[in-house]
Amino acid sequence: MAKELERARIPAVLICTMVSVARAVGANRVVPGSGIPHPCGNPDLSPEAEERARLSLVEQAVALLATVPEHGEPVAETVAG
Amino acid sequence: MGGPVRVVHYLNQFFGQIGGEERAGVAPNLRPGPVGPGLALQAALGKEATICATVICGDNYLAEREREALAEIGRLVAQEKPDVLVAGPAFSSGRYGMACGAVGSFVARSLGIPAVTGLHPENPAVGMYRKRVFIVPTGPTAAKMVDAVRAIAPLALRLGRGEDPGAPEHGGYLPRGIRAHRWSDRSAAERAADLLLARLAGAPFESEVPLPTYDRVPPAGPVDPRAALVGIVVEGGLVPAGNPDRLESARTGRVGLYSLPAGDRMPAGQYEAVSGGFDRRHVGADPNRLLPLDALRRLQWSGAIGRLYPHYHTVVGNGADTATVDQSAREIVAALRDAGVQAAILTAT
Repeated sequence: MAKELERARIPAVLICTMVSVARAVGANRVVPGSGIPHPCGNPDLSPEAEERARLSLVEQAVALLATVPEHGEPVAETVAG
Repeated sequence: MGGPVRVVHYLNQFFGQIGGEERAGVAPNLRPGPVGPGLALQAALGKEATICATVICGDNYLAEREREALAEIGRLVAQEKPDVLVAGPAFSSGRYGMACGAVGSFVARSLGIPAVTGLHPENPAVGMYRKRVFIVPTGPTAAKMVDAVRAIAPLALRLGRGEDPGAPEHGGYLPRGIRAHRWSDRSAAERAADLLLARLAGAPFESEVPLPTYDRVPPAGPVDPRAALVGIVVEGGLVPAGNPDRLESARTGRVGLYSLPAGDRMPAGQYEAVSGGFDRRHVGADPNRLLPLDALRRLQWSGAIGRLYPHYHTVVGNGADTATVDQSAREIVAALRDAGVQAAILTAT
């Protein structure tokens, strides 16, 4: 999906947990998500902490849209509690 | 088994020398010995096999009356008691390729007689019949007839003698997508260790299972997100509660398209994830964990994102093969491009 968007010259960022798979398939912009059942959330955190973590994750994704990446380098640290 | 291998050859009306398109409706009939390209096939087979008969049927007759045609062809073939059936080769021909596949497949399944044909690898009949008929890859046209029959003959002989055709790359036929067990005198651990040592030493090695190769796409952009129209695509099948469009939980190429709610977050209780491939409770409790709308709205208001495209697409990756995924992706990309979306954020479970 990400590659098809890039092929159409729409930069795309993928937030997912299985980063190694995304890189093997060739996604160019990958941000590690916080877990397979909750890529943009973490139920182990308090609601406020979870919202802050989610905002940080999405900010990192948006920042990648403004860069030209080396192939498939995820730049974010995994969001943790 | 003594004596030469008995072969029946199947041809259409043209190669069977009955006529062209105007005779494509001719019913199945049998001629003794080889006909037309059968002569080249017989030469390639040499003394080890005999084409005892040729069955000819019009391409239109077979396409339009398949069941009757196959029943009659099966009867004619069975009478000859062959050890193997050769159909065509049909190269890139659409109807003839399908006919060769259908006849070969019928004969293999109903009469237990192995069947082999020759088709160009892009012939649509390959995808349909590769499991049941041995398909030797050929060039696109009958200009390559001699090469084709020379490639078909050794495989036909092996099959006719009841010998193991070998793996596709050694047997000269297209992979059938069938896993065949073979005994090895060394354990998998030993073979894997040898492969690893060969790779480390830079020596030649052959993977036992061919690995898929993925193409690389140069990154698009960059864009300035503060000015961009940003679209969201969500894997996991995020749909309005109740799944009004009945999006499937697995093995589907369907794409959901829904409006982003106008508010500042995905409201709990109004959305659910339907993909069967992960534990859906967390997203059910808070859909922002899959579609981070609350964060996106804050970035929109602070100016970090220009605008959000007011709809999102959703797909279910669970059990989807790459061909299906590629098709859904193309659909979504076309829609986003038409809408003027300049950047995309994808989330996946």
